[in-house]
Amino acid sequence: MATRRTRKQNIVDLAVLAPLDWVEERTGAVRGTKWFLLRNVPRDISWAQTLGFATLIAFAVQALTGAILAMYYKPASEIDPTTGKPLAYASIEHITQDLTLGWLVRGMHRWGASVFVILLFMHMGRVFLFGAYKYPRELLWITGVLILAMGMLMGFTGYLLPWDQTAYWATVVGINLNGTAPFAGPWLSQFLAGGAEIGSDTLAKWYALHMLLIPGALIALIGIHLYLVARLGITSPPWSQEAAGRERPVRKPTGERAGLVRPGSGRK
Amino acid sequence: MSTNGPDTPHVPGPSLWPIGFAIGVACLLLGLVISWVVAAIGAILAVVFGILWALDVTRDVRGHVPAIAPERREAAAIQEDDGPEEPLPAYSRSRFLEASLIGLSAGMGAVLTLPVLGFMVLPSFTNVDEEEVDLGPMENFPEGEYVIATYLSKPEQGEVSRRTAFVRNNGMSEAGDPSFTILYSRCVHLGCPVQPNGPIDEDSITKIKNVELRPVLAQSFGCPCHGGQYNAEGNRTAGPPVRSLDRYSFSIRNGKLILGELYAVGNVSGTGANATISKYPWSVPGTHVDGLEAWLYPIVPSQVTG
Repeated sequence: MATRRTRKQNIVDLAVLAPLDWVEERTGAVRGTKWFLLRNVPRDISWAQTLGFATLIAFAVQALTGAILAMYYKPASEIDPTTGKPLAYASIEHITQDLTLGWLVRGMHRWGASVFVILLFMHMGRVFLFGAYKYPRELLWITGVLILAMGMLMGFTGYLLPWDQTAYWATVVGINLNGTAPFAGPWLSQFLAGGAEIGSDTLAKWYALHMLLIPGALIALIGIHLYLVARLGITSPPWSQEAAGRERPVRKPTGERAGLVRPGSGRK
Repeated sequence: MSTNGPDTPHVPGPSLWPIGFAIGVACLLLGLVISWVVAAIGAILAVVFGILWALDVTRDVRGHVPAIAPERREAAAIQEDDGPEEPLPAYSRSRFLEASLIGLSAGMGAVLTLPVLGFMVLPSFTNVDEEEVDLGPMENFPEGEYVIATYLSKPEQGEVSRRTAFVRNNGMSEAGDPSFTILYSRCVHLGCPVQPNGPIDEDSITKIKNVELRPVLAQSFGCPCHGGQYNAEGNRTAGPPVRSLDRYSFSIRNGKLILGELYAVGNVSGTGANATISKYPWSVPGTHVDGLEAWLYPIVPSQVTG
């Protein structure tokens, strides 16, 4: 029995642990993954704390389905002379009606957009009601608000892409709403429309915003957000009877004490 | 460079010759495309600097090593309060290099990104010239009736640039000039397409090149999006619009109706040829052009300056 176990361990060592060690020595990836995933959480967390991860999954679904939809979508407003329809609208029709499983992937992206935004708000509500935005998690809240703004921009830019009457006129209204903002409004609306009115370059511009620029910013913000979650951990609910966190030495605020970065201004 | 143990790998001395060698190689490759003279110069440069570099690198093998003292930055923070502080030079060499590296990187970054950002933003503001539009002979516009005129504002862009105007021939004005009321179809609430409240005469559609004319029996207009209503002069009668419908300036050339620039209208009193129109520079839909509101909300530069 004993020998058999050792042999098994040897095999595991050779096949799994040795390569992992090799990677770990060169990258620190194993430690990093453990640091990120194997964290202590308060005993009394509930399903409410899973909303953030659910939002992340919704975003991942959007990113994946969006990347694949981009393989078939054509962001062009030109009229196809044979069908008499704009290329963008025709390509959406093609995805939905002709291509195998296209209806499903487009549906996932279309409805997933709403799911993503709804989850964003539910997650935000949880954080607000649990007071999880308080010290030391202020920057988590702020990056979260930026993620929310980016999510809304994704919805705004994505809505134009089907290039049907609803999309077109809803976007005209959206652009003109921006146009009524004080000072920057007219410039903002002219930038968004690509001129005085929506023109032939507008659709491609919104497509680029929707699938390159805004997702880039969104992914960077999500990265910062996740790093802060891993670093700061999860708060216990406000009704928790147990003290959260590990034991820390009590620090006396003296007004002049040194910070983590800034040096002390004189003698304590 | 003193000991060559396993933990202190051999490091060659600092040398500037590789720069010349690299320039030579680059010249050589460039010369292969441009001319053999450049290639020859490049080859000579590469050989000369290559030899100099080789001499430099093999110097300690050949047995004389220049002693280069490593630079040390004085660490002020480590010194506790007890030691007497020596004044540091304002700019040590490494500080200078640090600052110039940051400055150069910032400059290079700006040179790279500013034109790119400019290309993202500027075409929306510079390439916006719209040509005048020829709506065809004046006879196509019966007196006192509205005609829906659609045209391509930028024919090279195709259908995406199709615009709609409501044109009414008012006959001759008191001064004896032809008078037209030409309303832009975009709602001045938020830019949706305003529709005439009346039947379109589908039998008498006129098509001239990119222009389509469809007579309509309507003395009022309505917007499908948020319910804005306008009367025959374009004045708001109901709903959220904040001013009267935008109008086109126009001119008559060789008996043809030519559309000019758009302008915003505060209010129209009177009708047809005898109307008094309060004109303002064109402004974004949803913005007031006259009255107190134009100053209070929203603050739009064209209204304040124009």
